[in-house]
Amino acid sequence: MSLSLSILLTIALAPLVGSILAGLFGKVIGRAGAHTATILGVAIACGLSFYVLYQLVWGGAQNFNQDVYTWFEIGRFHASVGFMVDRLTAMMMVVVTFVSLLVHLYTIGYMADDPGYQRFFSYISLFTFSMLMLVMSNNFMQLFFGWEAVGLVSYLLIGFWYKRPTAIFANLKAFLVNRVGDFGFLLGISAILYFLGTLDYQTAFNHAPELVGKTLQITQNHAWDAATVIGVLLFIGAMGKSAQVPLHVWLPDSMEGPTPISALIHAATMVTAGIFMVARMSPLFELTDAALSFILVIGSTTALFTGLIGIVQNDIKRVIAYSTLSQLGYMTVALGVSAYSGAVFHLMTHAFFKALLFLGAGSVIIGMHHEQDMRYMGGLRKYMPVTWITMWIGSLALAGTPFFAGFYSKDAIIEAVGESHRWGAGYAYFCVLAGVFVTSLYSFRLLYMTFHGKERFTVAHGHAHAAHAKHDQPHGHDPHGESHDEDHADTHKEDTHHTPGVLEHAPHESPWVVTVPLVLLAIPSIVIGFLTVGPMLFGDWFGKAIHVNEANNVLGELAHEFHGALAMGLHGFTAAPFWLAFAGFAVATYVYLFNPSVADKAKHALKPVYEVLNHKYWIDELYFAVFAKGGVKLGEGLSKVGDAAIIDGAIVNGSASLVQRIAGGARRLQSGFLFHYAFAMILGLILLLGGYWLIGQ
Amino acid sequence: MSNHLLSLLIWLPVVGAVPVLLAGAGRPGLARWISLLVAVATFAASLALLPAYDAATGTLQLGESLSWIPSLGINYSLAVDGISVALIILTTFVQILVIVGAWEIIQNKPHQYMAAMLVLEGLMIGVFCATDALLFYVFFEAMLIPMFILIGIWGGPRRVYATLKFFIYTFFGSIFMLIGLIYLYHKTGGSFAIADMANVHLTLTEQAWLFFAFLLGFAIKVPMVPVHTWLPDAHVEAPTGGSVVLAAVMLKIGGYGFLRFSLPITPDASHEFAWLVIVLSLIAVCYIGYIALVQQDMKKLVAYSSIAHMGFVTLGIFIAFLLVRDSNNPDAARLGMQGAMVQMISHGFISGAMFTCIGVLYDRMHTRQIKDYGGVINVMPVFAPFYVLFAMANSGLPGTSGFVGEFMVILASFSANPWIALFGAFTLIIGAAYTLWMVKRVLWGDIKNKHVAELKDVNGREIFVLSAFAAGVLVLGIWPEPLVHLMDASVARLVEQLAITKV
Repeated sequence: MSLSLSILLTIALAPLVGSILAGLFGKVIGRAGAHTATILGVAIACGLSFYVLYQLVWGGAQNFNQDVYTWFEIGRFHASVGFMVDRLTAMMMVVVTFVSLLVHLYTIGYMADDPGYQRFFSYISLFTFSMLMLVMSNNFMQLFFGWEAVGLVSYLLIGFWYKRPTAIFANLKAFLVNRVGDFGFLLGISAILYFLGTLDYQTAFNHAPELVGKTLQITQNHAWDAATVIGVLLFIGAMGKSAQVPLHVWLPDSMEGPTPISALIHAATMVTAGIFMVARMSPLFELTDAALSFILVIGSTTALFTGLIGIVQNDIKRVIAYSTLSQLGYMTVALGVSAYSGAVFHLMTHAFFKALLFLGAGSVIIGMHHEQDMRYMGGLRKYMPVTWITMWIGSLALAGTPFFAGFYSKDAIIEAVGESHRWGAGYAYFCVLAGVFVTSLYSFRLLYMTFHGKERFTVAHGHAHAAHAKHDQPHGHDPHGESHDEDHADTHKEDTHHTPGVLEHAPHESPWVVTVPLVLLAIPSIVIGFLTVGPMLFGDWFGKAIHVNEANNVLGELAHEFHGALAMGLHGFTAAPFWLAFAGFAVATYVYLFNPSVADKAKHALKPVYEVLNHKYWIDELYFAVFAKGGVKLGEGLSKVGDAAIIDGAIVNGSASLVQRIAGGARRLQSGFLFHYAFAMILGLILLLGGYWLIGQ
Repeated sequence: MSNHLLSLLIWLPVVGAVPVLLAGAGRPGLARWISLLVAVATFAASLALLPAYDAATGTLQLGESLSWIPSLGINYSLAVDGISVALIILTTFVQILVIVGAWEIIQNKPHQYMAAMLVLEGLMIGVFCATDALLFYVFFEAMLIPMFILIGIWGGPRRVYATLKFFIYTFFGSIFMLIGLIYLYHKTGGSFAIADMANVHLTLTEQAWLFFAFLLGFAIKVPMVPVHTWLPDAHVEAPTGGSVVLAAVMLKIGGYGFLRFSLPITPDASHEFAWLVIVLSLIAVCYIGYIALVQQDMKKLVAYSSIAHMGFVTLGIFIAFLLVRDSNNPDAARLGMQGAMVQMISHGFISGAMFTCIGVLYDRMHTRQIKDYGGVINVMPVFAPFYVLFAMANSGLPGTSGFVGEFMVILASFSANPWIALFGAFTLIIGAAYTLWMVKRVLWGDIKNKHVAELKDVNGREIFVLSAFAAGVLVLGIWPEPLVHLMDASVARLVEQLAITKV
C-alpha cells in the first residue's frame, strides 16, 4: 500500500478551493455558503490527513516523495513543486488540519456578527493551504513559498480589523520582522544550493555529509564552516517565524487579530513552522555543533525571559501570547540539544493545549462582552463552567502537571537538556528549570484572576435590558473591533466604548460552536502525551525523518530509563520540575486567590523589576527608534544629500547651469561693438603668427 | 507571411496609427476602437511567434534582411531569440492594457494619444528585433519621440522640466553609444551587423572604451544609480499610460542592450568591470530602497522601487561573468541570467500594475500624495485586493512573479560571492518596508477625509486591466518554467559566449 499523489493533492488543494469560493464569491454564496465551503474543504483535508497518518503508521505505507510539476529547470539546477510525506509530515498535517477544523467551527460563533465573515473564512482556509504546502514540501523553494505565504495570511489576519490603528501597525511590524528572518533563511537556502547543488530535500540530505570540511570564504583570510553557516542562516529564518529573541517582538502585537487566528496561527501552527523546519533539516543541523549551541542559547533565553513578561500582563490574550513565546523557546532548546523529536512532540502537545487556552480566552472575551482586561474579571466560573473547566485543563497541561500532555513533552525536554554536554547546556538547563516556575505562576495567575475570587465587574441593568435576549448571542468582535458597516457600529457603541469593569449584561457561557471545540481540544490536552510518549519520544516512531548522530542522542540515553508513560508520570511527582511548578502554583494561589493585596505590595517593593518586565525590556522602543525611525531618517538623509544635492543638484542641473554660464560668457563676447571684433581679430592674428614663428624656431 | 512576421509586428502598430489619427478629435470613439483593434491584432501576431520560434536551439530566428543604405553597409535586418520573443509579447500585452486603461481617461486629443502609443509600440518591438546596430540605434532613439510627446502633452504641471530632463539624459547616453558603434563599424570593415561586431578582435583597452560607451547608453535607460534621477521626474509627470509603458517596457531596453552589445562585443572588459556594475546594482537595491521609503508621492515611490528592482537585472547579468570566468560555474551563471530575464518580464507586469493602480486613484482624487489617502479599502473593496496583490508582488512574495527573478539572482549570486547575495537579499526587508508602509497609509485605516469617503470603486474596464496584470503576476509566479524554457537555450548560448575571451 502506498500513498497516492491524488490524495495528497486533495489534502493541499481542498482548503484552497474553499478559500477561493469564500473569498471571491463570498457575496454570492453568503455567510452560510462561505463557512460551509471552507469547513468542508478543511474537513476533507483533515480526514485524509488522518488517513495518511494511519496508512503510514499502521497500514505499512511507504514514505512518499514525488514532484508534481517543474517550477524551473536551468542547467543542473532544478526547482519543483512536490510532496514529501513521512511520519513527521503526517503528524504535522494532522495537527494543522485538526486545529484548523476546530478553529473554523469556533469562528462561526466568534465572528457571527462581523461584516467580514466571508473574508475571515477565506483567510483561514488560505492559511491552512499555505501551511500544508509548507509542511508537505519536498524542496526548499516550496518550503520558502509556504513560509512566506503563511506570513502573508498572518499579515492579512492581524490587520483583519483594518480600521484599528493598532492592528495595521501590528501587521506591518509582524511582516517586516518576519522578513528579517526570511532574509537569513533565503541566504541559507542559497548556501545549500551553492554547497550541495540542489534544492531538493532528499538529495541535499544524501549529500549532507559532504559539507564536512567545506568552508565559505568570508574575507581573504577568514573562512567559516559550511554547515555552521547553513545552520545559522536557516535558523535565523526560524527565529523570525517562531518568534525567538531578538525577533520575538511581533508575536505579542499579533494579538490585535481576532482570537481564532491567535489560536490557529499564532499558537498552534504557523509559529511552530520554524521548529518543524529545523527538525526536518536535522541531517544538516547534526553536522554543526556551533549552530546547535547558538540555537540552544537563543531558545533558552526566549523560554525564560519572555515567560517573565507574562507574569505582569493584564490582557488575557497577552499572557497567553507570552506563554507561547516561552513554550516556543522550550521547543527551540530541544532542537539545540539534538532532541528533535522532543521538540516536535512538544510542538504537538502545545498545539492542542495552547489552541485550547486561546479559544478559551476568546470564549471569556465573548462572555465578558469584549472585555480582555483580567483586572475587570474574576469569579467567572459560575457563569461559564465549560470554559472554566477546559481552561483549567489547558493550564494544567501547560504547567506540566504529571499525566497531562504538557508534562511528558516538557519534562522530556528538561531532562534532555540536563543530559546534554553541548556548549550552553548549563545555561539552558537553568533557564528551562526556572521557566517551569514562571510558567506555572502566570498560568494559575490567569486562572485565578479570570475565574476565581471576587467579581471585579458590575453589571449595569439599564435601558438595554430589553435587548438582552438578542445580546445573548455571542458578539462577533473583540473589544475595540468596530464592525465595518456603520449602522452596525452604532448599535454597539455602548459595548465598544464602555467604562472599564461595567458590563451591559451579565457574563454568559458561549454557544455550542464555541464550547465544543474547547472540549475537543481538552481531550488531547489530557491524554495525547500519555498515549504517544513511548513511541514518539523514545521509540523509533519518526524513523528516518529525523536524523540524530549517535554521540548527540540524548533522548536515546533517556530511553534507557523510560519504563512506560505511567511510570514516567509517577516519577514526575518526585522530580524537580514538578516541585518548581508546584511552587509557582502555591505562590499564585496565595497571592491571587487568598491575598490579592500582596500582588500590589510586591509590585511596589520590586518596582525596578516590575518596570523592566512591564516595558518588555524596552526592546520595542529600541527597535522602533533604531530601525523604524532611524530607517526613515537615513532615507531622508540619503534622499536629500545623494539624489537631490549631489546627483541632481551638482551633476545634472549643475551641468545644465554650467552650459548656461558658458553660453552666457560666450554671449558677452558677441557684444555688437565693431571695435571689440576688430580687437579680437588682431589678437587672433598675433597669436596665429606668433604660433607659426614659435614652431619655426 | 511567417518570414515577414517581425516586420509585420513592427509596422502593424505604426501603420495602424494612421487611421487612428485620421479618425480625428471629432470621433474619439472610433479612434479608440481602431487603436484597440490594432493593439489586439499586434498581440495576436506576437503570439504567433511562439509556435514559429524554435526554443530548443536558442539561435536568432525568423530573420529578414534588406539592404537599407548600401553605401554605408546598413541593413534593415531583423531576427529574434527567446529573450526577444518574451520581451515582444510583454510589449504587445501591456500595450492592450494601456489602451484600455486610457479609454475614457484621456479626453484631450485621444486620437493623438492613442496614435503615439501605437507608434511607440512598433518602435519598441523594432528595438527587440533589430540585429543591425544602426537599425537598433534608430529605433532606440526614435522611441524617445513618442514618449517625449506623451509626457509633454498629456503630462503633469512640471512636464516641460521632466521631458527635457528625460530627453537630454537619454540622448546624452546614446551619443556615446553611437560613437562606439561607429568605431566598431570601422573595425569590422564596414558592417553594422551586431554579429560581425561580436566577431571582431579587440584589445582590452578598446573594449574598455566601448564598454563604458555602452554602459552610459544603457545604464541611463535601465536606469542604474547614479544616472537614475530622470526616472522619478518622468514618472511623476507622465500620464498613467506613459508611466506604464515606460516602466513595463522601456526600462527593459536598457537591460536588453547589455545583453546584445556589452556581453558579446566587450566580454573581457565586461568581466573586468563587472564589479563596478555589481556594486552599482547593489547600491540600487539598498540605497534606492531607503530613498523609496521616504517618498511622499506614490508615483515617485514606485519609480524608485523600479530602480531598485531593475538592480536585479543588471546584477543577474553581470554576476554571470564572475560565475563563468572566476568560479567556473556556468550553470549558476545561467541561473543568474535567467533570473535577470525573468525579473525583466515580471517587473513589466508589476510596475505596469502598480502604476495602473496609482492611476486609478489619481483619476478619482487628483492627487498622488500618500498623506491625502487613508482607509481606501473601506470604499473600494474590489480595488483593494488588487492593490495588495501587486504590493505583495512588488515585495517579492513567493507565488507572485516578483519572487521568481529575485530568487534566482540571489541564489546565483551567493555562488559568486556571499556578500553580493547578502546585500541583494536586503530587498526582502527594505522592499517590503517601503511597499507595505505605503499600503498601510493608503489602503488600511479608517476613512481619512471626505474625498476618500466619496471614492467610487473600480469599474468594469479597470477591473479588466487589473485582472490581466494580476493573471500575469500570478501565472508567472506559480509556474515560471514555460517562460524559463522559452529563454533557456538563448541564455545558455549567451553564457557560452561570455566564457570566450577576445584578446
